Amino acid sequence: MSQRTPLFDTHVRSGARMVDFAGWEMPVQYAGILEEHDAVRTRVGLFDVSHMGEVVFRGPRALESLNRLFTNDLSKVADGQAQYGCLCRESGGIVDDVVVYRRAADDLLVCVNAGNRQKDFEWLSSHAGAADVKNESDEWAQLALQGPLAAQLLQRLTPLDLSPIRSYRFAQGDVAGVPCLVARTGYTGEDGFELFCPPAAAPRLWDALIDAGEAEGIQPCGLGARDSLRLEMAYRLYGSDMDDGTTPLEAGLGWVVKLDKGEFIGRDALVRQKEQGLARKLVGFVLTEAGIARHGYPVVQDGRKVGEVTSGTKSPSLKTSIGLAYVPPALAAEGSTFAVEIRGRAAAAKVVKTPFYTRK
Amino acid sequence: MEIPDTLKYTREHEWARTKGTQVVIGITDFAQDHLGDVVFVELPDVGDTVKKGESFGVVESTKAVSELFAPVSGKVVEVNDPLGDTPETINDDPYEEGWMIVVEPSDPKELDALMDAKAYRAFVEEQE
Repeated sequence: MSQRTPLFDTHVRSGARMVDFAGWEMPVQYAGILEEHDAVRTRVGLFDVSHMGEVVFRGPRALESLNRLFTNDLSKVADGQAQYGCLCRESGGIVDDVVVYRRAADDLLVCVNAGNRQKDFEWLSSHAGAADVKNESDEWAQLALQGPLAAQLLQRLTPLDLSPIRSYRFAQGDVAGVPCLVARTGYTGEDGFELFCPPAAAPRLWDALIDAGEAEGIQPCGLGARDSLRLEMAYRLYGSDMDDGTTPLEAGLGWVVKLDKGEFIGRDALVRQKEQGLARKLVGFVLTEAGIARHGYPVVQDGRKVGEVTSGTKSPSLKTSIGLAYVPPALAAEGSTFAVEIRGRAAAAKVVKTPFYTRK
Repeated sequence: MEIPDTLKYTREHEWARTKGTQVVIGITDFAQDHLGDVVFVELPDVGDTVKKGESFGVVESTKAVSELFAPVSGKVVEVNDPLGDTPETINDDPYEEGWMIVVEPSDPKELDALMDAKAYRAFVEEQE
């Protein structure tokens, strides 16, 4: 039996097409993926991301405990700041990629992927030492308001001054009378906000944003556009581009691995992997021949499979066929060429710099 | 949802229209709606043969790949090449501008086995 977010009825009533995603009945599209994608790139879109989970670390040892489970360094961010990073196993394999919201050194909220809610909570709580760890996933709904007009729209609905809330910062405040954690974070590459609120108030908040956003041409958006938007930015998707068997170094997330910050779970394995060199790397590529690469398609060179596509689509903004793939390091440099096997045919591909899309 | 009375239909949501001795083939309104935005289409070449019930190409939306199945067997005599550059035509006008191929059928009686509009409508309603 699939789970539903507090906005399920709202989606159905608004004509969304619902699909199963990671055990959740979620809207995949409202008006169409391309239209929603364009709305976020040029105006503003609203997403229900209540399927995401929240795990909270509290107590005097909260920061220290979580930092030992996290590849990035939470001691380097201030209260009111968020940080992206990975949770790793001893092997260096990625348990999940998460955003940590540091409300205070003794109060940190970890936003985890929907499909990993239970796994992450078990992992975190069994390795947390002295911190008090609570799974608050059912106590939060989450709306993502994304796009160049998101700030001007949101500012009309909140007494909070949004200008000091710069990227990856957040504050507590009311939005349309609903108490929220208002974070300038997102998964689209555009300016925007993620609003964490009590589940019972989520439909009211959603309706208020849709109503007020009429002036900006707001568009409700589904997971389809969320996926094409994130892929244009080469943001990794857990379960597609990485999993327990891949490390952050292989996944190109070395920038959120702070090997010199002190001990954390997975550090020794990652240090070793760095010394020994990587066997594969996640790269961004474009197809230079017709076709669309998809998750699971083989990467071939000289007739031999040497890697695998993990994500791919036709970029709605760029109109080119883009993707992410694991390839041997020899093929990972920008400009390297290989082929992607599409239904038995080889389509030429070229490694390019990411993100694929640059904000205008 | 539009289901023209004059066409024949497959269980895989292709339509077939008789044009003289030839058969024009495309996908239905139901199919394009369920696929979502079509962003890529791969069709056979003129002169290729297609076989009833077997794949003759693919149509891809932003999210998914779907195979196209031939309603009848025969030789491809015409291909809607402009769809390569404007695959969204399949969403906008699935029964006219969004046609995919024209086939010279090897066994015109195969058409009789397809569903008519009434049967197809019932089939679609059953699926929803």
